[in-house]
Amino acid sequence: MNLHEYQSKARFAEFGIPTPKGKTATTPQEVYEIARELGGAVVVKSQVLVGGRGKAGGIKVAQTPELAEQVANNILGMKIKGLTVRKVLVDPASNISKEIYLGIVNDRTTGRPVIMASSEGGVEIEQVAHENPDAIIREQINPFLGLLDYQARNLASGINLPHEHWKAFGKIAANLYKCYMASDAVLTEINPLVITKENQLVALDGKMVIDDNALYRHADLEEMRDTDAEPREETEARAAGISYVKLNGQIGCMVNGAGLAMTTMDMTKLYGGESIGPANFLDIGGGAQANKVAAALRIILADPNVKSVLFNIFGGITRCDEVARGILQALDEVKTQIPMVIRLAGTNADEGRAIIDAAHIPNLSSAATLTEAAKKAVESAQGAN
Amino acid sequence: MAILADRNTRLIVQGITGREGSFHTKQMIDYGTNVVGGVTPGKGGEWVHSKPVFDTVKRAVEATGANASIIYAPAAAAGDAIFEAVDAGIGLIVCITEGVPILDMMKVYSYVKQSNSRLVGPNCPGMLTPGQAKVGIMPGYIAKPGNVGVVSKSGTLTYEVVFALTNAGMGQTTCLGIGGDPIIGTNFVDALRMFEEDPETEKVVLIGEIGGRAEVDAAEFIKSHMTKPVAAFIAGKSAPPGTRMGHAGAIIEGGEGTATEKINALLSAGVKVADNPEQIPSLLK
Repeated sequence: MNLHEYQSKARFAEFGIPTPKGKTATTPQEVYEIARELGGAVVVKSQVLVGGRGKAGGIKVAQTPELAEQVANNILGMKIKGLTVRKVLVDPASNISKEIYLGIVNDRTTGRPVIMASSEGGVEIEQVAHENPDAIIREQINPFLGLLDYQARNLASGINLPHEHWKAFGKIAANLYKCYMASDAVLTEINPLVITKENQLVALDGKMVIDDNALYRHADLEEMRDTDAEPREETEARAAGISYVKLNGQIGCMVNGAGLAMTTMDMTKLYGGESIGPANFLDIGGGAQANKVAAALRIILADPNVKSVLFNIFGGITRCDEVARGILQALDEVKTQIPMVIRLAGTNADEGRAIIDAAHIPNLSSAATLTEAAKKAVESAQGAN
Repeated sequence: MAILADRNTRLIVQGITGREGSFHTKQMIDYGTNVVGGVTPGKGGEWVHSKPVFDTVKRAVEATGANASIIYAPAAAAGDAIFEAVDAGIGLIVCITEGVPILDMMKVYSYVKQSNSRLVGPNCPGMLTPGQAKVGIMPGYIAKPGNVGVVSKSGTLTYEVVFALTNAGMGQTTCLGIGGDPIIGTNFVDALRMFEEDPETEKVVLIGEIGGRAEVDAAEFIKSHMTKPVAAFIAGKSAPPGTRMGHAGAIIEGGEGTATEKINALLSAGVKVADNPEQIPSLLK
């Protein structure tokens, strides 16, 4: 789960990391009030969960409260990469003399947290990694020891940070690690961490990603989830215990197992070419009971782009005849004319196919192999265009 | 021969009295796996499917001489269950549990690496050595004994490929699911090394997916260390970047971990890569 900038910075502040004393607003009038209260120039920053806000015109400096209100009027309601701006953060403007980067992520290869610093702050770290990899200094953290003081010094030394800032930098690094651990984060990032003209280190922008699997022990963080930022179907799917991701194609996919679900998507693209592809990722999990199939089908069909539906179920412990009955029961509940192809494999696959065929539903057909099923789903989707 | 599990495996089930644990214990016993007991704290002295239940792994090991453990504990308790198995000296620990927090796994991973135990998983279907032992949740009938080693990050996709191999008359030494989480105890390189060293395994199938660089590391290992032919399939060619596809580890981050980059690495290591999992048996001929 991604946190907004204002949420991340509030969390950083709780852990003793210096951040600007800003506030959030949802109307230009509120922005005016905040700017007046802060006094001096402010930065009005759109709060949406995508990168590139600045380039899109979603971050603006304003010298007076009146100008801040005007700027907010433009930013609130604007769309950035498809997301509508509903909230802005109003921060006092800083006098920046230098921008650096400081972040912690989980490193899959070593199975440990890694803390990274770079003297090139304010640009995406992936870009720095690509263009100037030597500019990123890394330290692996032993999860039983935590971040050691010397490791923070290694970072400071590696990015040629002037000695006068080492103490403040070390404290920020230590607190960022505490924040990362205490939040079950998979990423905590300060970008940029600025040195102001007043010689202070301040976390000007922040980003946190929380491990979804750990949210059960962070009710306070779970509450911060912004469901506005995700398609409505994804919110519904999560409530139904279904793993669903909306995509841009025409073939709705319903599959048991994440790896097989991705493979099914790939197959629709393989045979669909440039114009036809998967409308979604959907893993229905084990069992494929009727109520879950019905919920999944409703979610898939809510997408107006869907022109055909492909069911791909491998019955391992679950028997395909039971799955077939579940699908028929679900189709009884969710009426649709959209063409559907069912491919059942594994335990009792023949019996399952016989049940589907015997039901004689005009828009429903069965297929023996994944290849055949994907080709049929593509043909149906093309026919509908 | 096979890798990791065979007829000498003496298995205990951590979480044996739970719904999942009890169901799969029955399946494993029916397959012929030597299940010697189980552990559920507070339920010591009970019996499940005629197997004794112990309060602690330590007691279970003392009483049964267990050398392997399979974990069905809930996500919040899985980390503790793994630590307990390591400290009881269990050699092979297989964690089926899905949804274990990453920070828990970071500690587990560092701890296991300093021990003599091998961890498989979490969030995996476990392993199946056809005709000998099933340590996990794979359906037994899809496999048969043979000379193909299978290693995979996923569940049903693995069953799909194993079943296709069996239907094509190609049996397996061991089918191993390593799990789709970002931090797992046994990775592709570990599995490939074991298959390379196993005298009965003659060919290997690798099934990967988007996210991370485990398949690229595998390609480098295959190029420099493997003499046996490898065929592969990588899922997620059509997945968009920055979006998690079901598995916690299945996400393209910062432009890295794409299917294309993995396929190219494998191709350059001489691996035959299928467009479609149904092609795998023909690539091994």
